Amino acid sequence: MGKTFTRPEALRDQPTHYCPGCTHGVIHRLVAEVIDELGIQGRTVGIAPVGCAVLAYNYFNVDFQEAAHGRAPAMATGIKRVRPDLVVFTYQGDGDLASIGMGEIVHAANRGEKFTTIFVNNAVYGMTGGQMAPTTMPDQRTTTSPFGRDVQAVGMPIKMAELLAALQTPGYITRQSVIKPKYINRAKKAIHKAFSYQLEGRCFSFVEVVSTCPTNWGMTPLEAIEWTEKSLLPYYQLGDCKTPEAREEV
Amino acid sequence: MSKVLMKGNEAIGEAAIRAGCLNYFAYPITPQSEVAEYLSRRMPEVGGVFLQGESEVAVGYMIFGAAGCGARVFTTSSSPGISLMSEALSYITCAQCPAVFVNIMRGGPGLGGILPSQGDYFQATKGGGHGDYRLFVMAPASVQEAVEMVMEAFPIAEKYRNPVMILGDGLIGQMMEPVEFPDSLVSEPSNKDEWATTGMENRSDNTPNLVKSLFLDPVQLNSHNLLLKDKYARMKRKEVRYEAYNTDGDYRALIVSYGTMSRVCRTAIDFMKEEGLEIAMIRPKTLFPFPEEAIREAAEKDSCRVAISIEMSMGQMVEDVERSVRGGCPVEWYGKCGGEVPTPEEVMEVVRGMLDT
Repeated sequence: MGKTFTRPEALRDQPTHYCPGCTHGVIHRLVAEVIDELGIQGRTVGIAPVGCAVLAYNYFNVDFQEAAHGRAPAMATGIKRVRPDLVVFTYQGDGDLASIGMGEIVHAANRGEKFTTIFVNNAVYGMTGGQMAPTTMPDQRTTTSPFGRDVQAVGMPIKMAELLAALQTPGYITRQSVIKPKYINRAKKAIHKAFSYQLEGRCFSFVEVVSTCPTNWGMTPLEAIEWTEKSLLPYYQLGDCKTPEAREEV
Repeated sequence: MSKVLMKGNEAIGEAAIRAGCLNYFAYPITPQSEVAEYLSRRMPEVGGVFLQGESEVAVGYMIFGAAGCGARVFTTSSSPGISLMSEALSYITCAQCPAVFVNIMRGGPGLGGILPSQGDYFQATKGGGHGDYRLFVMAPASVQEAVEMVMEAFPIAEKYRNPVMILGDGLIGQMMEPVEFPDSLVSEPSNKDEWATTGMENRSDNTPNLVKSLFLDPVQLNSHNLLLKDKYARMKRKEVRYEAYNTDGDYRALIVSYGTMSRVCRTAIDFMKEEGLEIAMIRPKTLFPFPEEAIREAAEKDSCRVAISIEMSMGQMVEDVERSVRGGCPVEWYGKCGGEVPTPEEVMEVVRGMLDT
């Protein structure tokens, strides 16, 4: 009897440093499965962010470059412009992409750079110890918002997918999650589409993945999944914000 | 090939193409925007990449990305823009990627002014960004030399896998001079598949390459810094470049000066020679590595009473001159900044004054 479930070629046989209940592992696997299915492992370059996924290159079995905080889209631009034959993706968290890297992601998207961004949104800075992010929910307690996010003082959380979809140029902008199997299946399809659009040279592709951070939320993994469904998903609504097909019809 | 009359900034852009660099990312800033304007027309003609980034911060990382995947790449900017790129320079240097950065300096600090200056000496030669790193820094004194240094910069960057900075002042970028382009293209290094993210399929062992600057293990980070230190020591041993002017006979003072300022000093030295006053000059062509030995030897001549660092900055180079002279004779400084270029007459007055007292 053959194996029915194996590790993708694009993942290394390595234990990860991610916390129990963190969804980075699932997202890594989905990206790796898509790389395998599209047969692009040999010409894929990932860009690691600063944040929990900075060591993503220890887990992915493809070429990698490591960016400074927020600058992954600029690095991906540099690579893709001089080597359009390479398949390039950035893998970024919400502190990295929505705060310090806001300029780089907006302009890369607006130029229609032909790379793919996987944006992992867990409403908090993970690596630095659970500080408030631009995506932190109203009244959510973090280590730098100990009384809860005060929207009068710091504004409402930023919806990155909608923000980027407001630009004319970007082609594929979608928000997914991986907290339950049904969401995982949809996220996999979205990531597959995102890489396929890149391979077709069609458009910039952006997959936001609403994710968990049990450690910094102070929850068990199960509580984190419940809180994501109850508190995050109503605000960060899942689905496509923009597809190249719809844009081409217009 | 015959000479053509060209503005420095445009000649720098053309020199990069002649050196086989067909990838350019930049952000506009006075007084070097003509490089981007020139290359926005030229790069499409030669099938190259031209992209105007959204900021110097982003451009620094576009250079990092392109260099990290093995492409020959360069950018140009001016002082405040180089401050913004300095973050990327620290990362690029740590990750050991070759790239060329041109700084056409304007007056600082802050927004400063748009006229020529040499106020970024510290920034270029002592770091600028965080951490222990060095750039290989060359300082042209003419448009012709800017062309030659740009063409030389790529093989040096690739040999050492370290960024090279061409440090020119605004005059080098803005003035027109006759230039002759060396016509040979610089061949690309063959080893980039060993380290760059060229795609795993390009490697016989099919293993991933990683371009990074994070070393969480202190022992590893220390080792990495020692490796970089060795590289800089190798540059100091092998790559020092300078011009000695009027150093053969006896002279009463030694001027150390670079770039546009050194041309003014040369004229002053010629005038003083006509008056019977012999003055010598060491002109560093590389600011890092600095021509320490040449300056020490020149300052040790018995007839030499003083070494004078003459700069369009407030004494940034004088520390390196003092370090080189090692007490062999007194070291003085003269300079102006903010866009004022000292005249030969001012230099002569300063030199005479220092010798009379």
